[in-house]
Amino acid sequence: MLELREITKRFGDVLANDHVNIRVEPGTIHAIVGENGAGKSTAMRIAYGFYTADSGDILVDGQVRNIQTPHDAIRLGIGMVHQHFMLVETMTVAENIVLGAEPGSAAALDLDRAASEIRALSDEFKLSVDPRAFVGELSVGQQQRVELLKALYRQARLLILDEPTAVLTPQEVEEFFQILRRMREQGKTVVIITHKLSEVLAISDDVTVMRDGRVVGGVKTAETNAAELARMMVGRDVLLRVEKPDARAGDVVLSVRGFSVTVETGHGGVRDVTFEVRAGEIVGVAGVEGNGQTELIEALAGLVAPERVHGRVELEGRDITHAAARTRRESGVAHIPEDRHRRGLLLDFDLAENSILGDHYRPPAVAARAGVLLNTEGIRRRADEMIRAFDVRPANADLPARALSGGNQQKLIIGREFELKPRLLLVAQPTRGVDIGAIEFIHRKLVALRDSGCAVLLVSAELEEVTALADRLLIIHHGRLVGEVDPKTATHEEIGLLMTGGGKQNAE
Amino acid sequence: MRLLRELTFPLVAVVAAFVVGGIFVLLVGDNPFRVYGLLLGSALSWPDGIGYTLFQATPLIFTGLAVAVAFRCGLLNIGAEGQLYIAAFACAWVAIKLGGVTVQATGGPPLSSPWANLPAVLLVPLAILAAIGAGALWGAIPGFLKARFGSHEVINTIMLNFVAVAIVSYFTQYHYRIPGDPILQSAPISEAAHIPRMGSFIPGLPERIPLNVSFLLAIIACALVYVFLWRTKWGYEIRATGANPTAAEYGGISTGRQIVLAMAVSGGLAGMVGINEVMGYRYRYYEGFSDNYGFTGIAVALLGRNHPVGVFLAALLFGMLQRGGIFVDAFSESVTKDLVQVLQAIVILFVAAEALFRGSFGRFGLMKRSKV
Repeated sequence: MLELREITKRFGDVLANDHVNIRVEPGTIHAIVGENGAGKSTAMRIAYGFYTADSGDILVDGQVRNIQTPHDAIRLGIGMVHQHFMLVETMTVAENIVLGAEPGSAAALDLDRAASEIRALSDEFKLSVDPRAFVGELSVGQQQRVELLKALYRQARLLILDEPTAVLTPQEVEEFFQILRRMREQGKTVVIITHKLSEVLAISDDVTVMRDGRVVGGVKTAETNAAELARMMVGRDVLLRVEKPDARAGDVVLSVRGFSVTVETGHGGVRDVTFEVRAGEIVGVAGVEGNGQTELIEALAGLVAPERVHGRVELEGRDITHAAARTRRESGVAHIPEDRHRRGLLLDFDLAENSILGDHYRPPAVAARAGVLLNTEGIRRRADEMIRAFDVRPANADLPARALSGGNQQKLIIGREFELKPRLLLVAQPTRGVDIGAIEFIHRKLVALRDSGCAVLLVSAELEEVTALADRLLIIHHGRLVGEVDPKTATHEEIGLLMTGGGKQNAE
Repeated sequence: MRLLRELTFPLVAVVAAFVVGGIFVLLVGDNPFRVYGLLLGSALSWPDGIGYTLFQATPLIFTGLAVAVAFRCGLLNIGAEGQLYIAAFACAWVAIKLGGVTVQATGGPPLSSPWANLPAVLLVPLAILAAIGAGALWGAIPGFLKARFGSHEVINTIMLNFVAVAIVSYFTQYHYRIPGDPILQSAPISEAAHIPRMGSFIPGLPERIPLNVSFLLAIIACALVYVFLWRTKWGYEIRATGANPTAAEYGGISTGRQIVLAMAVSGGLAGMVGINEVMGYRYRYYEGFSDNYGFTGIAVALLGRNHPVGVFLAALLFGMLQRGGIFVDAFSESVTKDLVQVLQAIVILFVAAEALFRGSFGRFGLMKRSKV
């Protein structure tokens, strides 16, 4: 159906695709896996006409085609669903779908016809999407199906899906896979870009593995396993499980009572949660994204306006409910934020400057508490040590943070926060957008920090991650804690049910 | 090395501007080489060319630095013009009021009586502080409005320019102008507040050239701004706020306070133009003295990449163009000094175009960022 032949693409100094060959058979689900920066999205964006290759050919149905723009790709029956949806929230499903391909004459838009066509398509693939609904009112999973419909409406025979499951709950993922299988039955071809090995094994027929811009292997899914794929992706053996001894929980470090965070829009936020985190334990918070985890962590870090925060938060017995971010940091609260570009880093600053963010005003960054001049040599020296200790690559403190990959940026942040020798670590999505190799490293560091007696509160949308790391697991839904489970014994189904509000606690 | 790389594009932009400007000169029927020879030759001759070039560059260094500091905090200070007017007036006011100057109305009580008659050792620093302080205060107002109410600094700085000009005109007209003086200007300041012209200690440079020690102040200001922004914790906080306010908050930085501080520093720097004008050049407050220094400062900062070294060089270039333009005007039949405006405009166009290419708007910028 689709074949990339010797595709090469260069962005400045970076060779994003180096003689890439991928062959997608018609009527199959083809997974393309690789770490961040491996070039998988680039290859598929070239196939979709988003970029043009420097050299190489694209073949559709066995013929060399010149795909310069997405328009060309759509004409050839190729559709793409991006990681970030491209939908207008204030318009209806039907309006979104016809956008750019409006039916009817030039003057009059025939929305009724479109709506009935969309309904027919939706029924055909059992997507259960109402064409008249407003996109803004749909769940993330439903919005994704709108994106699928958009491609199908344009008569796509091949669908390219870029990290489609990143935003879905475990249940939604299962439903989504059902849809993909149905599409395959109807003769469609699907290319799914992902880095989650479990999903590759669950859904795909063929796998192409990419590393550093090159294709390092292509196998039938049935003939491989997770360990082999991981080895191909990283280039060495990878520990896929987190090995950790049982927690030895000490005194209560963080105590949260009747804690609420209101948000401006009225929806979301945190509602009346109560929990404790003890020294030497990792408490995980699992939940579908957007259920209050972000607000919880940000409020505990002192980044939410005091008037929006209610209840009581104590750190080792002292009230810090309304303390400023700086005060909290001084009392030993470290924070690895969920969005490292927005919160965690100054992307245009060099690594040395980033290594002091939050501690830039006090020794050792300045000579004395009242000091004004930055001790640039000392900062640089400590940054070099941090870079070495946390294996940040490239190991050059003069580089801007922007020049690093996601995993290395995250390692720098972790290095900085660990430097604080925290009593409490607030950590959100520690491995989002991070390579498998770095994930292993970060997990080991978090467990080591726990074992040194730090209290850790962990929020992650990756169920695998929270269950592997946490000693106790709290489930959050619509801003409320709806249950606590033992991550060692609870099944994903059980947790997933609680995450979507279907648990017994919710029935009260 | 890094500096050299940073300067490459501005240099290319300048050369390209001269090429395009040359085409214009050809079109109006003159020889570009002759015109450029005239422009640069007159701007770089000793002593008049260099003296006036540096004199023209002085206010642009101050305003360029002012815009650059604000920009490093993510703010666009369009109000340097108003800040320097307020500052120049405050400077003159101190040098009149504390310098023993009486403004006498004909046949009536004095319009203004002095409060003190301070000697130079006190008056000079006080007048300098008055200029810096008044500029800082005027700059801090839009900073405060932004930090407290979120109102946009571009609008407020533009508006405050009009307010500043109106206020100082009023005081000059009704309180500090010598009655009967046909020019709208204040009474002369106390001689104790004069600062030396460079000609008084540089051999071969005549004292009639108004280049004065405020040029040295401008060089010191460049060095101090560099140290402040890149070597102090305050500068770190300002730059962090400009680079990523949400990350700055995460780092425990009060972004509102940084905005006010950056605008105050910016205004203070713009205010130093008043020192050059009042204490080193005209020795009085002169209505409408600014040749759009505040606005040209935006171009200077842009060309100088918001870095003190770049600002210094860009200000020298603009100073040269200003000086040389006068001679082009006088000695060329068909080319007027508007050529200078054209050259400046093209330089800015090229620099801005580069920002488009490399920045976040451009297609190339976008492609660079979304790698894989």
